[in-house]
Amino acid sequence: MEFNENFILGCSAIGAGLAVIAGIGPGIGQGIAAGYAASAVGRNPGARGDITTTMLLGQAVAETTGLYGLLVAMLLLFVKPLV
Amino acid sequence: MTQGILLSEDIDFMIHGVFSYQVFGQTVWITTTHVCLLIVMLVLIGFAFAVNRRMKKAEEIPRGLQNAAEMIVEMLDGMVKGSMGKHAKGFLNYIGTVFIFILICNISGLFGLRPPTADYGVTLPLGVLTFVLIHANRIKYNGMKGVAEHLCDPWPFWAPINIISDVAVPISLSLRLFANVLSGTCMLALVYGLLSFFAVIWPAALHVYFDLFSGAIQTYVFCMLTMTYISNAIGDE
Repeated sequence: MEFNENFILGCSAIGAGLAVIAGIGPGIGQGIAAGYAASAVGRNPGARGDITTTMLLGQAVAETTGLYGLLVAMLLLFVKPLV
Repeated sequence: MTQGILLSEDIDFMIHGVFSYQVFGQTVWITTTHVCLLIVMLVLIGFAFAVNRRMKKAEEIPRGLQNAAEMIVEMLDGMVKGSMGKHAKGFLNYIGTVFIFILICNISGLFGLRPPTADYGVTLPLGVLTFVLIHANRIKYNGMKGVAEHLCDPWPFWAPINIISDVAVPISLSLRLFANVLSGTCMLALVYGLLSFFAVIWPAALHVYFDLFSGAIQTYVFCMLTMTYISNAIGDE
């Protein structure tokens, strides 16, 4: 069965939309990290700088899995490997 | 082909070829990445020469360019010494160089260039350099016995899993940097392409977030992770 190009492009767009659902996980992770950092600053306001640095580092690492989904979406939309 | 989501032909954040030449029957393209990298390198080399000339007649009380250079070097040294401890001496130069290079690359989007780090061909070598440094230092400090101990960490039959996790390090490092910078580039291209009449002053806020904040955070993360992996490989002896 032959599919035309527009059909494949439409399916690629749907797939790209599904791929960026991966952003849910890093969102939850970053929120948890920020919440614990806030409570840590509340307990020990003197260590604010160290806590902020650690939180940003952890959040940036947690962001990676979401970025993989973003990469897949970008490949589907702009490189169009299936067409 | 004009369909797809590209409603407007103005959206353009891809890498372009500038000119091509033939080497041994292969077509080699000089792309915008090369051009932007050359500009970044020229800026850094020019800065280095200016600082060198200034430091030859250094003053007791620094001011101006000398002050800025001393501040940058002290900040980088403090960062490396803070996370590598007594092994920091051998890595000050490498980590400092990589930090400045990635930072200038990431924020070059502000100056109208396409950020060179939004090309996987630039970030993968940086990840591979980290990979080589990790294992060279493991062999240097712990010998082949250390490598064998690392491979058979809990039990000998876990070696394949340890190899996979070693290979994943440069890939995840380079993909993290690449995807962050590319997402910023893509977002700004979409804003400028699709909202070209309305994108007047407010995209400056997006530039601050995507270019300055995200770029600086990713630079810091890349260097911190490189130093952490190398420290882990060296062990504490």
